Amino acid sequence: MNFKNSGNGEPLQPDMLERRHFEVRTLKSIVLSSITIFAAVCACLPLFSVLIMLIYRGGKRLNLEVFYSLPPTAFETGGGFGNAILGTLFMIGLAALISVPFGIMAAIYLAEQGHCSRIAQTARFCAKTMTGLPSILAGVFAYAAVVLIMGHYSAWAGGIALSILMLPMILLTAEEAIKMVPSPMREAAYGMGCTPSQAMVKVTLPVAMPGIITGVVLAVARAAGETAPLLFTALFSDYWLHPNGPTASLAVLIYNYSGMPFENQIELAWAASLVLVIMVFILNIISRAIGQRKK
Amino acid sequence: MFMKSSDVAENLYKTHSMPYENISEEIVLNCQAERIFYGDFLAVRDSSVPILKNQITGFIGPSGCGKSTVLKSINRMNDLVHGFRFEGKILFHNIDIYNKKVDPVNVRRSIGMVFQQPNPFSMSIYENVAFGLRLNRYKGNMDEKVEQALRGAALWDEVKNKLKNNGTSLSGGQQQRLCIARAIATEPRVLLMDEPCSALDPIATRQIEELMVKLKERFTLVIVTHNMQQAQRVADQTAFFSVDISQGGRTGYLVEMGPTRELFENPKEQLTEEYLSGEFS
Repeated sequence: MNFKNSGNGEPLQPDMLERRHFEVRTLKSIVLSSITIFAAVCACLPLFSVLIMLIYRGGKRLNLEVFYSLPPTAFETGGGFGNAILGTLFMIGLAALISVPFGIMAAIYLAEQGHCSRIAQTARFCAKTMTGLPSILAGVFAYAAVVLIMGHYSAWAGGIALSILMLPMILLTAEEAIKMVPSPMREAAYGMGCTPSQAMVKVTLPVAMPGIITGVVLAVARAAGETAPLLFTALFSDYWLHPNGPTASLAVLIYNYSGMPFENQIELAWAASLVLVIMVFILNIISRAIGQRKK
Repeated sequence: MFMKSSDVAENLYKTHSMPYENISEEIVLNCQAERIFYGDFLAVRDSSVPILKNQITGFIGPSGCGKSTVLKSINRMNDLVHGFRFEGKILFHNIDIYNKKVDPVNVRRSIGMVFQQPNPFSMSIYENVAFGLRLNRYKGNMDEKVEQALRGAALWDEVKNKLKNNGTSLSGGQQQRLCIARAIATEPRVLLMDEPCSALDPIATRQIEELMVKLKERFTLVIVTHNMQQAQRVADQTAFFSVDISQGGRTGYLVEMGPTRELFENPKEQLTEEYLSGEFS
């Protein structure tokens, strides 16, 4: 059944163009296509299996009580992790408050002012290196820089540690977003007599904004799940949020409770995992929605 | 409803040639470019181009002859290019705009520019036109001013019912007229146009050409064009640039300049004649 090259002289037979299902070529193509589909499915598998596991183990413990109660003591039943949710939100908010303005302003400098200046190149190199920085080092740094000086663990230190992780991500994505703005649009702004800052604020930033926000949301989502930097900085607490003292967070709560020998705490760890994943999930959906918004 | 293009050409020619004798010969802008560099590359040399008030000055010449470079030097758009250096003077109302004390931003506010590719901002049609007015903190009736600019750019009737739509949703020719409206809204003294029709179809091109002839009553226009016929149709003065490859580089320079008719019918330089006849043969 091999397809024979008919050459130019022979007239074209009607079946020459038909698909041959049992030819080696066709079979090869089917096998290779199947492998790529299989690989694509495998890539989604971990997320779905984690989700199913979390819903199965954490779902049954998830009720309203966990959102407003404090963690239980050793043999107590009930309880929740309201303080940990609050702590996570507080520290992420603090981290965003620090890293978003710094990141965006630095990105503006990199993209607009100093394409090739030494400062820009150094900053870009540092940011790229920092995205690969093990997150525990951010915690160690904040421990040395904040905890040791303040003399105690605090939510401030946790927020600073997270902001160190977020800053390079925000900087690099924002720079990309600003660079994506078509340069004719920028030229038009200058042609109208804009100062560089007017051109940036009135023309470039509004167009780049969806990309910048996407980067910010993804950085926030990543920071929300970080445990290592918080172990050295915010530690954990069984009480409600008090920024100057040790502060609970979902990530550290999961880490602590999953290793405990008490059924109640282990169940809470599962429920907290589910809450954390849902938070990250929602943030990702928001970032996608913003990224795809048509202007 | 469309006129044949030859009729249009004739009309345009009439409108531009009739008041020709009475036009004042006041030089509003005198560009004396001795040497223009991009890094080490000498892009343009010895090009002195006087721009006359309320006239259209056309820059023609082969690709790479530096006509766009000279044009963009006039409102200091080239400052944005890394390594750009201008030697010479551009006297605008007797002020050298390359004087160190001059702020390029102020230069661009009185010398407007329309680019080769239509480049409206990603905002509403209304805001596009109001943009320059807001930059200049215009305090008067904004609606009136926007309408006036859109009428001036012969776009009002097409967009008056959709001023809130995004400027980028218009067709290419409409976008270019929007850019012209945006540029003239602030009433610049001089309007620079860098091949404003090269991205447009013949109908849109015709509309823009008619517009240019109308605009010269209020403004002074400088256009770069690759199209000889276009230069003949709209330009009062024409400057012919060419490329000098004798020194090893590709350096553009002004070959000759004069009233359009004279330059086309009776060029002084052999090079001009060769270029023009080459184009038409």
